[in-house]
Amino acid sequence: MHMADALISPAVGGIMWGASASLIGYSCKKLKDNLDDRRIPLMGVLGAFVFAAQMINFTIPGTGSSGHLGGGMILAILLGPHAAFLTLASVLTVQALFFADGGLLALGCNIFNLGFFACFIAYPLIFRKMCPANSTVNRLYAASIVSAVVGLQLGAFSVVLETLFSQISALRFSSFLLLMQPIHLAIGLVEGAATAAVVQFVRQARPEILQPAAHTALPAALPLRNVIAGLLFAALLAGAILSWFASTHPDGLEWAMERAAGTAELPTPTGRIQTFLAELQQRTALLPDYSFTGTVDSAQEETPSWPAPDAGTSFSGIIGGSLTLIFVVVFAYALRFGCRTQQRS
Amino acid sequence: MSHHIVEAQNLHYVYPDGTAGLQGVSFRITHGESVAVVGANGAGKSTLLMHLNGCLSPAQGTVRIGDFPLIKTTLKAVRRTVGMVFQNPDDQLFMPTVFDDVAFGPLNIGLPEEEVEQRVTQALETVGAGALRDRPPYRLSKGEKRSVAIASVLSMSPDILVMDEPSADLDPQARRRLIELLKTFKHTKIIATHDLDLALDVCERTLVLSRGRICADGATAELFRNDELLSQSALERPLRMQNCPVCR
Amino acid sequence: MASISRHFFDLGHLDDLAGASTPLHRLDPRAKLLATLVFIAVVVSFGKYEIAALIPFFVYPVFLISVGNIPFKCVLSRLVLALPFALLVGIFNPLIDRAPLSHLANFTISGGWISFSSIMLRFVLTVSSVLALIAVTGFSPVCSALLRLGTPKIFVVQLMLMHRYLFVLLDEASKMVGAKSLRTFENSTGGLRIYGAFTGSLLLRTMERAERIYSAMQCRGFDGDIKRTLPAEFGKRDILFLCGWSLLFLLLRAFNLPLIIGQILTGTM
Repeated sequence: MHMADALISPAVGGIMWGASASLIGYSCKKLKDNLDDRRIPLMGVLGAFVFAAQMINFTIPGTGSSGHLGGGMILAILLGPHAAFLTLASVLTVQALFFADGGLLALGCNIFNLGFFACFIAYPLIFRKMCPANSTVNRLYAASIVSAVVGLQLGAFSVVLETLFSQISALRFSSFLLLMQPIHLAIGLVEGAATAAVVQFVRQARPEILQPAAHTALPAALPLRNVIAGLLFAALLAGAILSWFASTHPDGLEWAMERAAGTAELPTPTGRIQTFLAELQQRTALLPDYSFTGTVDSAQEETPSWPAPDAGTSFSGIIGGSLTLIFVVVFAYALRFGCRTQQRS
Repeated sequence: MSHHIVEAQNLHYVYPDGTAGLQGVSFRITHGESVAVVGANGAGKSTLLMHLNGCLSPAQGTVRIGDFPLIKTTLKAVRRTVGMVFQNPDDQLFMPTVFDDVAFGPLNIGLPEEEVEQRVTQALETVGAGALRDRPPYRLSKGEKRSVAIASVLSMSPDILVMDEPSADLDPQARRRLIELLKTFKHTKIIATHDLDLALDVCERTLVLSRGRICADGATAELFRNDELLSQSALERPLRMQNCPVCR
Repeated sequence: MASISRHFFDLGHLDDLAGASTPLHRLDPRAKLLATLVFIAVVVSFGKYEIAALIPFFVYPVFLISVGNIPFKCVLSRLVLALPFALLVGIFNPLIDRAPLSHLANFTISGGWISFSSIMLRFVLTVSSVLALIAVTGFSPVCSALLRLGTPKIFVVQLMLMHRYLFVLLDEASKMVGAKSLRTFENSTGGLRIYGAFTGSLLLRTMERAERIYSAMQCRGFDGDIKRTLPAEFGKRDILFLCGWSLLFLLLRAFNLPLIIGQILTGTM
C-alpha cells in the first residue's frame, strides 16, 4: 500500500511530510534520551532484515498463495515503538529512493501510514495489552494478528483519506474504501500470523532477546497530545507554505480553492502575457488560418479553462506538447553527444 | 618498551547459556612477538581474543596490556593500543564507503580532519588498497574486504594487532599477499587461525588451545612437529611439513 | 523471490552508476536533492486534467540522465517495476469519470482518460527523477545531504547501516532460501511453523551479527555517536544548479509552454 507521488497533491504530501518528520524527530529525541549504544547497529541491521525476510514465503493453507512478513509489528516487538518507527522509516526511505516504491513526496504518507499506526497505536495499545510477557502461544498469535489487522486497517483507511483529499484519483470514497479495507484485512491476517510464528520461534530459542524491548519504556500512555500538537503544527506549516506558494504564483490560490471545492477547473493564464503573445503570434503563426481558430477565440475570451470541451485548446495542446517532447528528445541527444565528445577530448 | 606487553592471568569465562568458554588461561606476550593461537573449533580462540580488548570481560582473572590492567577506566586507552581485526570483514566494515570506514577510528579518537585524511591514505597505501578509497564495501572482493578491514585498524596506529582467522575465505593469491603483508608489520601480533601454514610463515611462537585451556606454548616449528599434541587438539601438520605424496 | 533478487542486483547497479565522475556527479548532493524535491512538488501541483503543461518537465529527468551518462534502459526497467500501484488506482479514472472533456476531430475524450494519462505522466516524471537523482549522486552522499539539511543523526545512521547490510542480508537470505528449496519439493514452501523457524533463524543470525558489528564499532572507539567527514561547502555551481532549475520549474508551472507554442503555430491566440 505504498502511495505514489503521482496520486497525491502537494498539500497532502506536505502535511504528511510534516507529520512524519515530527514523528521521526520525536522518536529520535526519545531514543537519544535513553539509548543503549548497542541498539544503533541492531536497528540498522533489522531494517535490512525486514527487506531480506520478504524473500521467505510460507503457504497460506487452502489458498495456494503465499505470505510473508510485513515489518512494522515485528520491529515494534523487537525494538519497542520509537526505535521501530525509525527503522521502518529508514526502510521506506530506501524503498522510495532505490526501488521507486512510493515516492519522495509520498514518503511522508507512507511512513505515517505504515509506521505510525503499527508502532504507536497497534503495538502499545493492543499487542502489549493482549500479550504481556510469558503469555501462551495462542495469546501471542491472537495479539499479533489483531494488532497487525488493526494497524493495517488504520493505515489503509489513511491511504484512502489521503488519496481522497488529493483529488487526483476519480475513485469515490466508498468504493475506494471497499477496495482497500478487505484487501488489507487479508494482508493483516497473514502478517499477524507470520509475525507470531517468528516471535514464537525466537521466544523458544533465545528468550532473553525479547526481554530488552519489553523493558523499554512505553510511550507513557501514548503521547497523544504531542502527536496532535505535531500534526497541527505540520498542518499550519503546510498551510503557510501553501499560501506562500499561492501568493507568489498568481493563480495558485484560486486553483487551491477550486480544488478544495471539488471543481476541476484550471485557472486562466494572465491577460497581459496573453495579449503580448497574441501580438507575437500574428507575425509568427505558421498555420494562421487553421479551421479551429473560431472555436478557440470564443473559448479564449470567456472560459479558456481546460475542462471545457474545447477542440482548439486540445489541438494546440497536442501540437505544442508533441513539439516540446521533440525538443526534449533532441536536447537529450545533444547533451549526450556533447558529454561524450567532451569526455573523449 | 614494556607497554606492548600482553599478559593474561588465569582467565575464566562462562557464556550466558552456561557453557564454559575459558578455564584458566595464562600467557605473556612481549613486545614485537608474533603469536599464533591455534586449536579446534570451539576451543576458545575467538573468546580469548575478545578478552584482549575488552569486548568480553572475564569472570575471573585479569588481562594486562602494557602497564595497564584492562578495567573499565582503561578501556579506551587499551582499545587504542590493541587493534582488533574481526573474522568476518562484513561485520567490521559497516560504513558506506571504504574511506568512511577507515576514517571511523581516527575520527572517534578526535583527530583533526587533515590528520584523519593522512592516516586513512597511509593505512590504505600500506595494505595496497589506495584505489578502493571511494568504493562501497559491498562491491569489494573477499580479499579486498580483508585488506580494508586491516587498514581500518591500522589507521588508529595500534601497537598490538589482534586478528581472528585472517586468511579464512581468501583465494590462494589473496592469502599469499596477506601473509606477505603481515610479515612486514612490526607490531606485536596475535593471530587466531586454522591456517597452520600461515602460522608457520608469520608467527615464531604458537599457543595451542584445547577446551578453554592452553595445552602447549612454544616455538611454532617445534610444536607442529609434535604429532601427538596436534592430533589431541584436532589439528594436523601444516601441509608444508607433511611428506608430499608426489615428490616423496 | 525472483523480483527481489533482481531488486538486489539493481540496487548495486544504481550505486555503481553513482561512482562515475561527470560534472553532475560532482555537484553537492544537497543541490540535487533539493532541486528534485522542488521538481516533484511542482509536478504534482498541476490540476488532475493537465497533460500538455507537464510535458516540458521531462527536461529535468532527461537532463540528469543524459549529463549523468546513465543508460535510459536502467531507469526504464525500474519504472516498470514500480508501476503497479499508480496503474491500479489510476485505471479507475476512465471507468468512473466518463464526462466528455475534450473533442478532437470526431473523437470525444472523457475526463477519466485525460486524468489517467496525467497520472501516468506524473508517475513517470516523479519516479524517473528520483531514480536519476540516486544514479548521479549515490546513497551515501544523499545521506550526508540529509544530515546537512538537519535530519536527526540517529535516523541518517539508520539509513546508512540499513543500506550497507541490505546487501549482506539479502545474500544470506537468498542462500538460505536456496538451501531450503533444494530439500523441499512440489513447490511447497512449508507451513507457518516451518516458516517461523526459518525466518526466526535468519532473525537470530541477524541479531548476532548486530552484536558483532557493535563489538567492531566499540573496538574502534565508538561512543554512541557516528562521526563522518563531510564533503566540501556549497559552491557557486551548486547554487546555480538549484536556483536555475527551481526557477525553470516555477516558470513552467506559471506558463503552459506547449499550449503557447501550439497556439502560436496554429495561430489561435
